[in-house]
Amino acid sequence: MCLAIPARVVQIDEGLGLVELGGVVREASFMLLPDAQVGDYVLLHAGYALQKVDEAEAEETIRLLTELAEDGRAEA
Amino acid sequence: MVRYVREFHDPAAARGLAATIERITNRSVNLMEVCGTHTVTIFRHGIRQLLPPPLSMLSGPGCPVCVTTNADIDKAIALAEQSKVTLATFGDMMKVPGSYQSLQQVKADGSDVRVVYSPRDAVCMARDNPRQPVIFFAVGFETTVPTIAAALLEAEALGLKNFYLISVHKLIPPAMLALLEAREVRIDGFICPGHVSVVIGSQPYEFIPQQYGVPCVITGFEPLDVLQGIEMLLRQIAEGRAEVEIQYRRGVRPEGNPLARELVSRAFETSDADWRGLGCIPNSGLKLRAEYKRFDAEQAFAINPPPTKEHKGCLCGDILRGVKTPPECPLFAETCTPERPVGPCMVSSEGTCAGWYQYGSR
Repeated sequence: MCLAIPARVVQIDEGLGLVELGGVVREASFMLLPDAQVGDYVLLHAGYALQKVDEAEAEETIRLLTELAEDGRAEA
Repeated sequence: MVRYVREFHDPAAARGLAATIERITNRSVNLMEVCGTHTVTIFRHGIRQLLPPPLSMLSGPGCPVCVTTNADIDKAIALAEQSKVTLATFGDMMKVPGSYQSLQQVKADGSDVRVVYSPRDAVCMARDNPRQPVIFFAVGFETTVPTIAAALLEAEALGLKNFYLISVHKLIPPAMLALLEAREVRIDGFICPGHVSVVIGSQPYEFIPQQYGVPCVITGFEPLDVLQGIEMLLRQIAEGRAEVEIQYRRGVRPEGNPLARELVSRAFETSDADWRGLGCIPNSGLKLRAEYKRFDAEQAFAINPPPTKEHKGCLCGDILRGVKTPPECPLFAETCTPERPVGPCMVSSEGTCAGWYQYGSR
């Protein structure tokens, strides 16, 4: 039930806006994340943006996982 | 697949992580997750099958649907059964059996019960139908509570006089404390819930390594997140460390979301709460503050729910504490199936029993 999905902010106007997830656009409230900007990725839960996805941290984790994938391929 | 999801599904990286996990697991280890979304990831992606035998994954009380007591469901049903009232809730709650029936059954019998995606939808329903009382059956952990607080504050700002709540929210760290204090199972590490932590940050778990010496890793929900979280826990164990680490760094800041917490504490205060399987846990629930009592459905409507009753033979309580596994329940897969569930752990798609039933396990 605590699922939150990364969604891209398309539009914000006075705390309400639109986000896009996998090609679907839906309404979202930014009452809990007022500093979100158009173009940010946010975690969406029950119609509310809860937090910005930290893109630098995401890239760092992906880089680490890519290294592990090379180890994994070497083992396969 | 959505960006920031697909990158965390690479099978080669999973093999790399599984090999590392196998290398650093040198004794019997019990890791517990306390979030239903982790339970689902672990089953759906066959993560148990990737792990070496000395490593056991336990599911704790991580699904808000499952830990809601029969008494609370009976109360929601009694409110829904009143005439000229709309009861709105999340879809997950519809099929959960109370003592005698579920919300889905009372809806079939004519009560106005509606499923909403967001608590805001319930506020809009109240705004558009000012003569119709709309009661929101508010269930959820720290992830969901801020959305309900935000919706409530919006209802207040709109001056709505027909919007009400039943708050059966629960808080995760007090339940982890109760599990540690009960000492029924040995827990060597906690996979802490990523989206609860998006809101509360890392500080509320600090007592776990400090007072109980148990490592914690706040973990995301894609399969590679979970494998990496497990690997980080095993490293702490191997190196004799116990601390709170964050694997899910793209979503969780150490300070969480302070604004979300502020809105929650504007509307709610902590209270003791009854959990299925765990009983009453001090300060593990949230009730409306005195200045918001006019939104409290239980105060606004006089209801008299029937005495509660538990389902005979159902082991959901033991399963929620990680003491028993679903196949040890006499009802599992026989009288209790996802089509005809007896207990909530089989109803909820995030329930431990539903996971075992659907995906099996070794």
